[in-house]
Amino acid sequence: MNTPVEQPTSDDAVLRVQHMRTEFVGDQGVVAAVRDVGMTVNRAEKVGIVGESGSGKSALALSILGLIEPPGRIVSGSVWLNGRDIPFRDDREMRRIRGKEISLIFQDPMSSLDPVKNIGDQIIEGIVWHQQGVSRRQARKQAVELLQDVEIPNAERRLHDYPHQYSGGMRQRIMIAIALANEPSVIIADEPTTALDVLTQAQVLDVLQRLVTERQVAVILITHNLGIVAEFCDKVQVMYAGRFVEQSMVDEIFYRPTHPYTEALLESVPRPDRLERGILPSIPGSPPNLARLPAGCSFEPRCSVGHGKQICKEQVPVSLTVGSPMRPVVAECHFARERFEHSAQHVEGAPV
Amino acid sequence: MSAAEIGNPVQPVEPGLRAEHRDSLLAVRGLRKTYTTGGGGLLGGERRTVRAVDGVSFDVARGETFGLVGESGCGKSTVARCVLHLINPTEGEIRFDGVDLGSLGHDELRKLRRRMQIVFQDPFTSLDPRMTAYSIVDEPLGIHGVHDREERERRVEEMLDLVGITPEQMDRRPFAFSGGQRQRIGLARALVLNPDLVVLDEPVSALDVSIQAQVLNLLRDLQARLGLTYLFIVHDLTIAEYFCDRLAVLYLGAVMELGDRETLFRAPLHPYTNALLSAVPLPDPRRERRRKRIIIKGEASPQSGAVQGCRFRPRCPVGQDRDICRQSEPPLQEKAPGHWAACHFAGELPTGWEAGAEKS
Repeated sequence: MNTPVEQPTSDDAVLRVQHMRTEFVGDQGVVAAVRDVGMTVNRAEKVGIVGESGSGKSALALSILGLIEPPGRIVSGSVWLNGRDIPFRDDREMRRIRGKEISLIFQDPMSSLDPVKNIGDQIIEGIVWHQQGVSRRQARKQAVELLQDVEIPNAERRLHDYPHQYSGGMRQRIMIAIALANEPSVIIADEPTTALDVLTQAQVLDVLQRLVTERQVAVILITHNLGIVAEFCDKVQVMYAGRFVEQSMVDEIFYRPTHPYTEALLESVPRPDRLERGILPSIPGSPPNLARLPAGCSFEPRCSVGHGKQICKEQVPVSLTVGSPMRPVVAECHFARERFEHSAQHVEGAPV
Repeated sequence: MSAAEIGNPVQPVEPGLRAEHRDSLLAVRGLRKTYTTGGGGLLGGERRTVRAVDGVSFDVARGETFGLVGESGCGKSTVARCVLHLINPTEGEIRFDGVDLGSLGHDELRKLRRRMQIVFQDPFTSLDPRMTAYSIVDEPLGIHGVHDREERERRVEEMLDLVGITPEQMDRRPFAFSGGQRQRIGLARALVLNPDLVVLDEPVSALDVSIQAQVLNLLRDLQARLGLTYLFIVHDLTIAEYFCDRLAVLYLGAVMELGDRETLFRAPLHPYTNALLSAVPLPDPRRERRRKRIIIKGEASPQSGAVQGCRFRPRCPVGQDRDICRQSEPPLQEKAPGHWAACHFAGELPTGWEAGAEKS
């Protein structure tokens, strides 16, 4: 299993996921999109989940929120939130929890906003539903403040507008407002800026960054964009074929990646401001077919370190914790220890 | 409709020319494309003219990669389609290898188009799902009248081999391939006619990071082997910097800045280029902690009617409140050899990827 990275401040944990396993039934039989995964998120912490399409990152997010629909199925797992296990598989119970203690921001705000209701009503309903004893008038006041917080000009007047009357960037900021409305302790943001242009993306991330810091909300940010992870996150979990193959603090991920997949992923991105234009190191092959995973390490066929090695072909690597207790690095690679120690020689003297 | 009628100042005649004269394969001059919406019947609403492309000029030299970058709605894809005459420009001239495409009849245009091909963004919708990889690549040869069977077979197999599709895979249909492989097949289809110019419209945007690198490397390799000229439409600035020799930055249908990659990314002159570079998060956490972003408010919305002043002014951190920016549209001018910018205050912001200065 994936051992969650235990931070020194782990009594600060707000969310703990254990042994999560989610399967889908398709034409190729049963496929496990999330394979016995665990993670811990501390108060006000920003955790990035990175991975390519099909790696299981969105399936994990939906599993935590109990939003997996048939033909998907959560096979096992537990979710501990704000000090207790939550009934994440019980949709009715989860309706009290989702949008209150933990909320979700999707890539496409139009999929979660109701096109025939004005924005004000949508925000107000969420507040009245979750906060007992709050009148519609009070909720309306809160809604105006929320829209102001996410920098919607003329908030009071714009409550009456419908989703299509807002621009894409504004809609995503409204989603942030809705996600924050009931003061959750965790927000899961699934590719929140992928559909946006770069200037709009910067606006949205700026607002999100400011508000979650002010309100001490933890964020799980799911993205394939490594620049956003570097900008936004404290901690990173790298997902490959339904598993976290590496988990550590953001600097370790970027400056001394331990898992060969993490390293290869970083190298294959064109680095701005480096004007040399040699061949981009690319990862050979394609992400694995989850219905026919290799017997050993799922990255072995594409791995520059383990490809063809017997141990990698035959044995599934276990989670190895390397690094200091203060800054642990957890990697699922037979060569994690050697690789971590080797990289230490390279960065010696440089504080990581 | 002429430029004067829609109230737009006439752009300088020859911007975008390289300082040193090189053999240009493609020359675009004063390209304009307007669309009229509404105004029809009962619920047609107000009649508006939207200028998708508003006086764009640039040259692409033989063998180079010229990038068109900008946000959605900036007109970059429209320019690409006008260049191929897939849509007709409202105004302006497209010269391909010295020939004015507008002067050609249907048949002549078709013949010339064999030398100009396009690769689309989405490898999942741009290939016919019922055709095999082989027939997808073979089809253009038939359309363009290559009837010799042996020659056709040889060409198709050669192309598929060049892009890394094995003989065993040739009889498979698109669904059996991954996104990266589909993009390779699209590329083979574009290259089978042995074109000179290939328009690449966001060719890697739909692909995963690890696959993007494979396809970019392949594009580089093919360019060197086959002597291709690329017109590269891209919104991702890190890919633009990596891949293009020269670029034009478009905003609401017009060129804001044009220059070679080194100048444009190291020392951009236009506040819009600066804002774009500043907004891109870099995969470097320590640097990100030091960087302070220029946050540009609002969003680009296509204009109708007359342009008053600079089209970037409403969002510009430099010119927002300046009279000259409000009153006159800055012409695209050559500020240094080969480096063009359309800004009254070109160069007034700290520049490049570190634009916005460091946090104190």
